Amino acid sequence: MAAQVTTNQSIINDDSGSLTTDSEFQTNVNSKKRLSSSSNILPTSSILSPTGLTSLISFIVLTCAYISGFMSRLFSVIRFESIIHEFDPWFNYRSTAYMTENGFYNFLNWFDELAWYPLGRIVGGTIYPGLMVTSGVIHWFLHMINIPIHIREICVFLAPFFSGLTALATYLLTKELWSRRAGLFAAAFIAIAPGYSSRSVAGSYDNEGIAIFALMFTYFLWIRSVKTGSVFWSCCTALSYFYMVSAWGGYVFIINLIPVHVFILLVLRRYSLRLYVSYSIFYILGLILSMQIPFVGFQPVRTSEHMLAAGVFALLQAYAFIDYLYTKLPRADDLKQLFFGLMIFIGLSVFAVVVILTYAGYIAPWSGRFYSLWDTNYAKIHIPIIASVSEHQPTTWTSFFFDLHLLICLFPVGAWFCIKELNDERVFIVLYAVFASYFAGVMIRLMLTLTPCVCVLAAIALSKTLDYYADTETSDMSTSPVVPSNDNDENENETEKNNRNLYDKAGKPKPIPGRRGPTNTNQDTDDDTSIVSSNIKTVVVICIAMMLMLLAVHCTWVTSNAYSSPSIVLASYNNDGSRYIIDDFREAYYWLRKNTPERARVMSWWDYGYQIAGMGNRTVLVDNNTWNNSHIALVGKAMSSNESEAYKIMTMLDVDYVLVIFGGMIGYSGDDINKFLWMVRIAEGEHPKDIREQDYFTENGEFRVDRSGSPILLNCLMYKLCYYRFGELQTDFRSPPGFDRTRHVEIGNKNFDLQHVEEAYTTEHWIVRIYKVKKLANRLQAKNALRQVQRRKSIYSTSKKTSGQARKQGVILNKPQVKKGTKVLTRKT
Amino acid sequence: MSQLGQVIGILRKLNDEYQISTPKKLKLIDAYLVYVLLTGIIQFIYCLLVGTFPFNSFLSGFISTVGCFILAASLRIQLNTTNRSTFNVTPERAFADFVFAHIILHLVVINFIG
Repeated sequence: MAAQVTTNQSIINDDSGSLTTDSEFQTNVNSKKRLSSSSNILPTSSILSPTGLTSLISFIVLTCAYISGFMSRLFSVIRFESIIHEFDPWFNYRSTAYMTENGFYNFLNWFDELAWYPLGRIVGGTIYPGLMVTSGVIHWFLHMINIPIHIREICVFLAPFFSGLTALATYLLTKELWSRRAGLFAAAFIAIAPGYSSRSVAGSYDNEGIAIFALMFTYFLWIRSVKTGSVFWSCCTALSYFYMVSAWGGYVFIINLIPVHVFILLVLRRYSLRLYVSYSIFYILGLILSMQIPFVGFQPVRTSEHMLAAGVFALLQAYAFIDYLYTKLPRADDLKQLFFGLMIFIGLSVFAVVVILTYAGYIAPWSGRFYSLWDTNYAKIHIPIIASVSEHQPTTWTSFFFDLHLLICLFPVGAWFCIKELNDERVFIVLYAVFASYFAGVMIRLMLTLTPCVCVLAAIALSKTLDYYADTETSDMSTSPVVPSNDNDENENETEKNNRNLYDKAGKPKPIPGRRGPTNTNQDTDDDTSIVSSNIKTVVVICIAMMLMLLAVHCTWVTSNAYSSPSIVLASYNNDGSRYIIDDFREAYYWLRKNTPERARVMSWWDYGYQIAGMGNRTVLVDNNTWNNSHIALVGKAMSSNESEAYKIMTMLDVDYVLVIFGGMIGYSGDDINKFLWMVRIAEGEHPKDIREQDYFTENGEFRVDRSGSPILLNCLMYKLCYYRFGELQTDFRSPPGFDRTRHVEIGNKNFDLQHVEEAYTTEHWIVRIYKVKKLANRLQAKNALRQVQRRKSIYSTSKKTSGQARKQGVILNKPQVKKGTKVLTRKT
Repeated sequence: MSQLGQVIGILRKLNDEYQISTPKKLKLIDAYLVYVLLTGIIQFIYCLLVGTFPFNSFLSGFISTVGCFILAASLRIQLNTTNRSTFNVTPERAFADFVFAHIILHLVVINFIG
């Protein structure tokens, strides 16, 4: 009896919304018979019942997905060390360390003086605290049970840990959407997909690591609450949404996608009371919860990005009310037109109210970050800082395949299957796919939001395919493709196919309960009339298995080669293949930490601000937060002007040290000279009269640093700081001294002296160069070398002419005067 | 005028229908809904008159009324026997969910009211 009940349950959970549910109820009785007849292969149901077996297999597959997701992100930790990567994670790490030392309330109220030198930064109100709080909670919990792990290790390994949880959440979501089998596939895919692991390797301690987990979990809870219409699940959705708001600015995606889903369901006439209950509760609880985060504040009622959710909420209330009245009226049919017209009227009036409020100024228009997703040229013209970030560039075609391999090919197939068998939940995933594809095409960073959707839909496509092809009736366990499996994904695939073989026998609707006859004619799916023999099916299954193996190999290779570099430690390889570590960044920051006064100010480009503050522990002028464009423009102007002008700006900003990154000696291409044009553009945005981008190009419009480069470029501060003393250095006996290995030219301006700065430190491979700003000189050189000294007349001088004559030097008294043409008059003395 | 008469007739019919067909429990919830709606309207009018200075307090109070309205409406929907087919909850479970959601709502409201 109990076995039958549980079989019922699993059937309900599995083929939700599928058309074959009724026939499966009928075949329940038959299934019991069939299960016992399959006991020739398996032991009797007293040891392994089918539902027990499926649960066991699901558990094993999910554990393998978790472990493989965790392991594939550990390449950089194994190759280098457990270190925080990149730029942004350093700030997250520093604030997490601050929180563990000083407590949660001090962290919320923290005012950081080390950043943005004269201005400071209110950290509590300008970050999403979810990441730090998560690490802090894990740290507190582990310390409470006496496992003292340092906060750095927790931060480094947080992202891989959460990637496994993301696999679980994706499994749950796909189980709600399609079936448990597709869910297992989806979990395996998201665990290794490079699109996700690129932002969640060990050491990448950034918001996306936990945000994607929160995203998938929120979507799972939303689908669950739409399906059941339960208040409890809607509350859970709101709580998970709150976690997502605390974790990432991308929560705007959720709060716009869910209202679009509700709206489309209304348009498709799929309104139901479950929808009303779930969306209303989610919206209202989510609204007030999201305003608890200080950074979000009152934005949910004041900005355009959140207005869609409010508008759909109002529309849904009106729709529900009118629908209720509709049920109360006895002759409702002739009022259908009225109803329809009324709804359109209400919809338009809500839209009009929002537009009016926007124009009146009560609602802020779309912010630059999100508007540039719609109008892609906006950022390049108006906000160069947003345009300059490399992650905000448009996506190339190749990066879709690079990040998703086989999955991007299966993705449209899955979307098509969902459209063909549409129900309320599948509308959601199709909408998610459409919008995520658009956003991923606009900005390469948003590939991350596309990846989970692609994994889900590819899993659905693959699951439906294998439902048909893997179901070979006469194939026992022995004819399932047995391939030597080295990696976890293949293992999962194998066990999954076995699972499906068993499963399909249990659940597939069968007109004839006999199992052991010739199978050709009975294997049809609902409308399929073609007869495909089991051999061909096995061949197809083998091909699919090979493609999945290739997928696993590709994903691991991509994660290992492309996405696992810490970028703060570089590695190159010698002729004999041994590895050579280039650790210049940490060398320079540690020098700063040990050899400069504690309150020294360091000026550098904003990329390195977090790292300098984190590792060097010194005050910086601008950092990666980039909240103050004018301040960054000042720094850019200082870097682009010649030395004297720059010195004025540096004294005004109270700078002690200047730090530049120079890659010319080893060929490092991420240095400041390559970023220089962005500095010029940003400076030009604020000071168009002093800095013009055209001045830095040659007449032909090229950007060159050799002799034919523009003289303004060759004399600006950035150039001089990078190439100081570089003209004496000969890196290679074949190239002239001063040969820049990154630009591959010999530099134009060599052997100059610096007037207002002096070199403080240059690292081993000349990557980081630190200069000290000199104080004003004691003696200023005068403008005229010959001075006019005004003297007052001496008191000893008289005005008599003769005495003046007598005191004149070199005058002979009574000198005979010679007049030409006259006789000399001799005076008788 | 005849249209006005038509509308009044429809409204009267609705009222009669409502009085007859809704059980007492649901009428009680409906009365509570009307009360919460009035509270919300009063708060909103107050804000329009006096201004939004402690904006978080206003938002907190207003969202509290909207939240209570929504939750009571959801409870009414789930308790309504005509909707038994779409929902799969017992009345006790519906009420327990109602209480759970209210706990969350009021915790946040008290935190936000400042």
